[in-house]
Order: sequence, then structure tokens, then C-alpha cells
Amino acid sequence: MRDVLKKFARSQLVIPLFSLLLIVIFNLIRDVEFFSINIVTNNQGYRVLSGNLISILNGASAVAIMSIGMTLITSSCKGQDISVAAVAAIAGSVFVSVLRSNEITIPVIILAFLSSCLVSVLFSTFNGILVAVFKIQPMIATLILFSAGRSIAYWINGGATPTISSPLLASIGGFIPGIPIPTPIIIMVLFLVLISLVLRFTTLGLYTQVVGINEGTAHLNGINPVWVKLIAFMISGICVATAGNITVCRIGLINHETLLLDAEMDVILSVAIGGTALSGGKFNLYGSVIGAYIIQALTVTLYAMKVPSAAVKAYKAIVIILIVVISSPLVKEFAANLINKLFKKQAGAKIPMKAS
Amino acid sequence: MEKNNGLLAGISKKKRREPISNTNLLMTITVCTFFGMYLIAMIVWRGGFLNPQQFLDLFNNNAYLLIIACGLTMVMISGGIDISGGGITALVTMVCVVYLDDHGGTVLGSLLIAIGIGLAFGLVHAVLVSYLEIQPFIVTLAGMFFARGMITIVSIAPRTAANEEFLRLKQARITLPGIGYYGKTGNFIPAQIEPGVIAAISIVVIIAVILKWTRFGRNLYAVGGNSHSALTLGINVRRTKFIAYVLAGLLSGISGYVYLLHTGAGDAANAAQAEMQAIASNIIGGTLLTGGVGNVIGTLFGMLSLKTITNIVIASGLTKPYYQSITTGLMLCFFILLQSVILAIREKGSFRLLLPEWMRFGRRNNE
Repeated sequence: MRDVLKKFARSQLVIPLFSLLLIVIFNLIRDVEFFSINIVTNNQGYRVLSGNLISILNGASAVAIMSIGMTLITSSCKGQDISVAAVAAIAGSVFVSVLRSNEITIPVIILAFLSSCLVSVLFSTFNGILVAVFKIQPMIATLILFSAGRSIAYWINGGATPTISSPLLASIGGFIPGIPIPTPIIIMVLFLVLISLVLRFTTLGLYTQVVGINEGTAHLNGINPVWVKLIAFMISGICVATAGNITVCRIGLINHETLLLDAEMDVILSVAIGGTALSGGKFNLYGSVIGAYIIQALTVTLYAMKVPSAAVKAYKAIVIILIVVISSPLVKEFAANLINKLFKKQAGAKIPMKAS
Repeated sequence: MEKNNGLLAGISKKKRREPISNTNLLMTITVCTFFGMYLIAMIVWRGGFLNPQQFLDLFNNNAYLLIIACGLTMVMISGGIDISGGGITALVTMVCVVYLDDHGGTVLGSLLIAIGIGLAFGLVHAVLVSYLEIQPFIVTLAGMFFARGMITIVSIAPRTAANEEFLRLKQARITLPGIGYYGKTGNFIPAQIEPGVIAAISIVVIIAVILKWTRFGRNLYAVGGNSHSALTLGINVRRTKFIAYVLAGLLSGISGYVYLLHTGAGDAANAAQAEMQAIASNIIGGTLLTGGVGNVIGTLFGMLSLKTITNIVIASGLTKPYYQSITTGLMLCFFILLQSVILAIREKGSFRLLLPEWMRFGRRNNE
């Protein structure tokens, strides 16, 4: 039991879980009703779950999906992709333009999804080639699409913000008839399981970390860093397209200016809070996903405290700084020293007894 | 003594043979591109580009951006990043307007407030980044969020300054003697610049001097180039980074005041995406995010190139805003690739080696 605890204390999940726990405890003290889940009948006549907990899980799903891809990029390329939200807008635009030119049926939705994935993967691969082949810092390489991406989405839409409405799309963005859990949560869980299975049963996860920790060594051991980085960007492309399409389905229209606005910052934050160093190396997918939920829980908590939506950012910033200060190496060292000092006295008392 | 004389005599010959440093090479490319672009624009589109006022308006409209970018140059040379510039700028405009209008403030007081806000942000960033070793991206991202959030806490509605003393300063223009253009009626209109431009240009000069001829400036390059060897050489790495972030915060505060002098309004949407434009100016100007390479003169020309390309796009009839951001993206792409290729050639002797096997043209087995 003690070994398990010790192992857990050293893992990357401590800080994110601890922060999530703090937010939960804070909410429990503030208002016990906060976490109550009700079954209500929505306007389509189905019985569905509702409550703050569900809205946290539902609202964070897009960011959580993108943070999976971002984790892989961060780990292998030692940098972040700041163009994810812009690429999501492009993918959403492609999705909508395919849907609008056809009658909306399930095969057409699948076709639209696949084509948006293809476009998004192409754009991500462009980023990836800049990063992996031309050895440009990821943040700078993706600055190109960050500034041009939403304009490309505008061009795909022909300058308008087309709407789409269909019960099928509503069931992707909202609830599938008969299932009380919001579909984005289900998609998110499926995605996480799929990616973690891929990482578990192939060497991709290991290779990604190796390239992130020491590229030269990876190369000497027969791993091609260029391919590993490109694959990370491609997976991120699929994640981004999925997140963009979910958001489009949820709001029922594509607005290239506001779709997932500032989401890239939230995604990078959730990776950082999740315990993956932004300078690359070891990563933790679950940590990143938990990070996304922490950010959303924080936002929902602040809304529940009647903080105006534009001012939420300021409070969010304070909490983020607190979390990163707690997880900074210096503070960790200080805490470790303190614990050592507290427990050394007991350990010191035990040693002579054993000797005798 | 003799040796020294010999060195001095041979210096002109020797300097010619010495390869140009990365910093200077990248800067030269940017300066040449800017002048080339402007010359072509003057020949092809004539009209506005021959008007000196349009050239000076590049400075009038973007003095604030130049100041943010200068602070960012120092941070980027030290190997970090600061993306809070736009947020601090917007916060300063709002706080100053509220102070001037609602609390009967003076111009000097508002200037001190601007500098104080900038310094406060800079100090917090500096402590967190250099002494607690937290990633600068996250720290300054939180700084940006905090600044943008605070604006709406100060005032939700956009405000316009009505303080008379301030308005007099805002409307002050400096007329440049001898430069001007002829209006439609044939009268001579002298070219004018705003007081903010003087501030921006003097900041560029001061920082160029700091980077070139002070110990702190040389330390910055050493820390950015390789912080471990800088540490073993006895450079105080932490203090160097600390000062860089404090200065970047201070300059963001001043930039906010310059922005206010230009528009006279406090608004949450002020200086939107200024941080990204500042980063783009730096990249075009030849400052590398990896640290150790860069120059504020390059940043100045990077900013000018970035804005000139927008003017050219508008002049050529593509007035829709999305053409501007697409051309900005293309220009960034061009410069980034150019720098990458040039640096790779300089480091490895040939670009061929950098490409993976499947991208190499021709077959060469004896590599």
C-alpha cells in the first residue's frame, strides 16, 4: 500500500488531481447543491441528465479532445501548436460546406467528417513538415496558420456564417435519443480510449517520449524523429477536426471568427496543468484531459458565483498561477524538504531499535 | 604595442574575411526586403506610397506595437517569450481613461499609473519565470488573461477620454520641416508625426544601445545562446532574465499610454492580437525564439515590413480583411523558411543533409 502511495506521489497525475480535488472541495463548502444531477425532460421530449457536473464534462469535451493531440505534439516537438483553433475553424467550415451541398443523412455526415479530417490533417501536416523537416520552433511555425487559418475558413464559407439544422446533427452535438448522457462526452471517452489503446499496443507512445527527451539518441537507436513528429501532428489534426465538428454540431452554425475562440490557450494550459512539461519529454494523456476538466470546472464555478463572463479570465489567471506555482520544481523541493524534516525524527528514532 | 598596431592595421582586411554573424545576416535580409518592397510599391502603385505621410503613418498607427515588440525582443533573445503585451496595453488604456475622467487625474499621474501597471506585471512575470522556473509561456499567458479580465472589471463599457489636459497632449503633432505633400487643391501639407512615435523611436535607440554596449545586453545574448555555459562563465542567469522580463512589462505599460495617445479610448478590444503581431515582427526581424540571436533594429524593420505588406494588399484592390491575414501568413511562412534554410546552410555547410532521406533530390550513397 505504501509503495503504491509512493509511486502515485511521484507520478505526473498528483498535481492535476490535487487541483481538481481543491475545486471540488471549494464547491462543496460553497454550495452542496452544486454537484447535484437531475433528470429532466428536454425540449425534444427525452429524459436526460442535467446539472453542473454534466455541463462541466460536456463543455470541456472539445478542449479535452484537442489536448490529446497537443500532448503528443508537446511531448515530441518540445513546443506547442497555437493554430489548433484556427484549423478547427477550417475543419468545421469544410464539414458544413459538405453537409450543405447534400441532403443530411448518416453516410453524408460520415463523408463530411472524413473530408474535414482529411483537410485538417493536411494543414497539420504542413505545420508538421515545417517543424520536423525544417526544424522551426513549433510556436513560430504554427503562427502562420494562427494568423491565416480563420481567413481560410472565411474563404471556404464564402464570407457567410451558414447554419445547418438536422435532428441527426443535434444528436451529435446534444443527446442521442434514449441515452441520457450528452454525446460529446461519449465521443470524448471513445477518443481517449482509442488513442490510449493505440499508444499502449504500438511503440508510438514510447517513441514520442524518446524523441522528446533526446532526439539525437532516438536517431542513433533507429527511430526516425521526423516521422514521429509528423505522426503526432497528424493525430492532432484528427483530434482538432473532431473537436471542431462537435462544436459546429452543438451550436448549429459555423462562425469562422468565434468558433473555439482562444481555445488554443486553454488547450496548452490543460496540457501544462496536466503535468506534461511544455519543454517536451514524458507525457500523460489522462493528465491533459483532467487539466481540460479543471479549466472548465473553474469556469463553471465562477459562473455559478455570478462572475460576469468577461471577467472570468482574470480569476482563471490567478488560479492558474497558483497551480503552476504549486507544481514548480522549487516549491516541490521545498515541500519535500519540509516533509523530510517532519518525518526524519520518527525515522531516526526507529533506526537504533532495529540495530539493537 | 606592436602587436596591437598590427592588429589595428589588419583589422579592415580581417573584418572583410570574417563571416557575418547570424544576427546581422538575418537583419540585413529584413532591411533589404523592406526597402525592396517599398521601392516596388512606389513604382507599381505610386499614389499613396509616394506620399511621405503614408510612410510616417506606419509609425503613427503602430508606435505601440513597436514598443511591445522591442520589449519582446529582449525576452526572446534571453530564450523566453512574453505574450502579455497586448493585454497589458489594453488594461493601461482603460485604467488611465477611468483615472483621468472619473478621479480627476492629471496627465503625469496617468503616465505614472501606466508605468506602474507595466512594472507590476513585469515584476510578477520576472519572479515567476526566473526564480520559480515556471515556463514563461504559461506565466505570461496567465498575465494576458488577468489583464484582459481586469479590463472588464474596471469598466465594462468602452470609454473615451474627455480630460482637457490629456486631449491637448493627444492632439499635439510634431511637424517635420521640409517633408510633406501637395493636397488636391495644390497647397503644401507638411508631414506630421505623433508624440508617441518619438517615444517609440527613442526606445528603439535606447534598447539597441543597451543590447550592443552594456554588460546586461551582452549577458542577454550569452544567456539566450546557452544558459549553462553562461552560468559557468559567471553570468547571473537568473538576474539577467529577471531584468529582461521587468523591462518587457515596463515597455508594455508605456505602449499602453502610447496607444491611448493615439486613439484616446479605453476598450477591452484594444490592441487585439498585438502580442502575436509583435512576435511576427520579431521573427521577420530575425530574432529567433530559441534565443541568442536578434536585434531591435531588425524588429523595427520587421514591423514596418509586416504593415507595408498590408498596405500593398489594400492598394492592389484586395480590400477584404481576410486577404490581409492570408498575405501576412504567407509572408511569415516565406521569412521563416528563408531563415531556416539559411541557418541550416551556415551550420551544416549544405541544406541537403538536413532533409530526411526520402526528400533528398538525386541519389547519393556515399554520404
